[in-house]
Amino acid sequence: MTARLPIPLRLFLALLICWLMAPLIPLAVWSGSRSWYFPDILPSAYSGRAWSYVFSSVSGVPEGLWQSAFIALSATLLSLLIGLPAGRALGLYKFKGKALFELLILAPLIVPGIAAALGLHMVFLKLGLTGTMAGVVIVHLIPALPYMTLVMASVFAGYNPAAEQQARSLGAGSFQVFRYVTLPAILPGLLTGALFTFLVSWSQYILTLLIGGGRIVTLPLLLFNFASAGRNDITGAISMIYILPGAVLLLIAGRYLTGRNSAADSLRQI
Amino acid sequence: MTERLKILLLLAPALLVIGGLFGGGLLLGLIESFGYMPLLGQTELNLEAYRAIFASQSFWSGLGLSLYISTVSTVIAGGLAIAAALVLRRAFKGRGIIRFLFQINLTVPHLVGAAGILYLFSQSGLFARLAHALGLIGGPSDFPALVFDPLAIGIILQYVWKEVPFIALILLANMQAIGRDYESVARCLGAGPVQVFRHVLLPLILPALFAGSMIIFAFTFGAYEIPALLGETYPAPLPVLAYRAFTDVDLARRPEALAMAMIIAGLATLILAGYAKLFYQRGGING
Repeated sequence: MTARLPIPLRLFLALLICWLMAPLIPLAVWSGSRSWYFPDILPSAYSGRAWSYVFSSVSGVPEGLWQSAFIALSATLLSLLIGLPAGRALGLYKFKGKALFELLILAPLIVPGIAAALGLHMVFLKLGLTGTMAGVVIVHLIPALPYMTLVMASVFAGYNPAAEQQARSLGAGSFQVFRYVTLPAILPGLLTGALFTFLVSWSQYILTLLIGGGRIVTLPLLLFNFASAGRNDITGAISMIYILPGAVLLLIAGRYLTGRNSAADSLRQI
Repeated sequence: MTERLKILLLLAPALLVIGGLFGGGLLLGLIESFGYMPLLGQTELNLEAYRAIFASQSFWSGLGLSLYISTVSTVIAGGLAIAAALVLRRAFKGRGIIRFLFQINLTVPHLVGAAGILYLFSQSGLFARLAHALGLIGGPSDFPALVFDPLAIGIILQYVWKEVPFIALILLANMQAIGRDYESVARCLGAGPVQVFRHVLLPLILPALFAGSMIIFAFTFGAYEIPALLGETYPAPLPVLAYRAFTDVDLARRPEALAMAMIIAGLATLILAGYAKLFYQRGGING
């Protein structure tokens, strides 16, 4: 039995949803406007100027897009390789020092990354990692890896390893066990975790700025530069590109966003 | 292979990477905040940087501003999130679509929201134009300053915009797990709706509310790009001050940057302690 909500509650929800969508509206309109001066509510002329600029190489956006994607993919892949085994240990076993290890994983999700990145800068400079993609990928592991580990831990917490034992007794090697038993069972959770981890890295600003040292200019850095330079139309166009992976993720994995497990808490990294 | 060794091998890479990057970064930062800068030939540890920032007016106003922004954002977002969760848990027509729309900004990066807030609330923004169309203001300068303003309203609006769905979804899941049995009992015993909420539901969702609030308080306390885009030049919140000191042409100011970073990390560690307590009460990762 579903009823209609009372009118005040409907109004509250409508206002709230409008408010949540509102900031995206001027960005979308700006991206297609040619002139939009005060006090016009709508642009007086439209054009694809901002979009053609954004897709030209002089804007730096294609390069930034590529760098953002490469960094986020690399950070996700590394986080997966390191976080999957750790998640397995946390999800399946009880052991001495487990609480301490969990604390180490929770810490980077609460303590702001700027503090650790400022401290790492000197060492990265010495190692020649500042201003390089590798350096930025590594520093992105600070928010990305704990996130992936938490997701994998909750995936393994609901996983029964008994089937692995059976496969082994039937003569399967460790790789075969992983490929044909473990992987199919954890794949949905693994892919969701990977998508979210991609977005965690995709959304980083200050870590990239500090370690990239102005030489690695990802999409958020470009967005910030154009927004503070008052180029509203270009900012709008970059924003539309920048929110795409998140929109795709929402359509694919929206139901995982329900905040039902501890892993979802750490969405704050996005 | 013993189970202990196996667990250790599974954990070792993550332990090394997180411990090295995060723990190592904080430790190096702490040492550097004590003036250790071998590049400048300084290897003696001292408390100069802390003395310098504690004596500066901009540090205290920055700290105050940071605390103010985080507190106000967290309280408003928490309050709105409780209200939203209470409405969204009801069964009503079109709940599926409303819930979907409600989580739409969760995956929108903070910076995009900040740019959107700028184009909505600046003195030539969309709301100023609407106010002009309604005859409320004569020109942009009549519209109240809501971004780059001393009360940091633009920054707070951005955080509230981003955090309401985040806390509300945590609360919603929590309310679903709790169910309605306790509330039914209270109502049968004669409690009114306000009493039921105040004395039954609120105490039950309080741990989840605190956990979510602590995450966003710590996040907003350490966030750089939102105040850098939407805030005044002076006073500026701590992360902005730390970044400015770090990139100052005067290298001697770097220990001050690190000292401010350590103060941010110190406060966040206190929050972490509270969060961890709630986390283990819920039963840790397997809970």
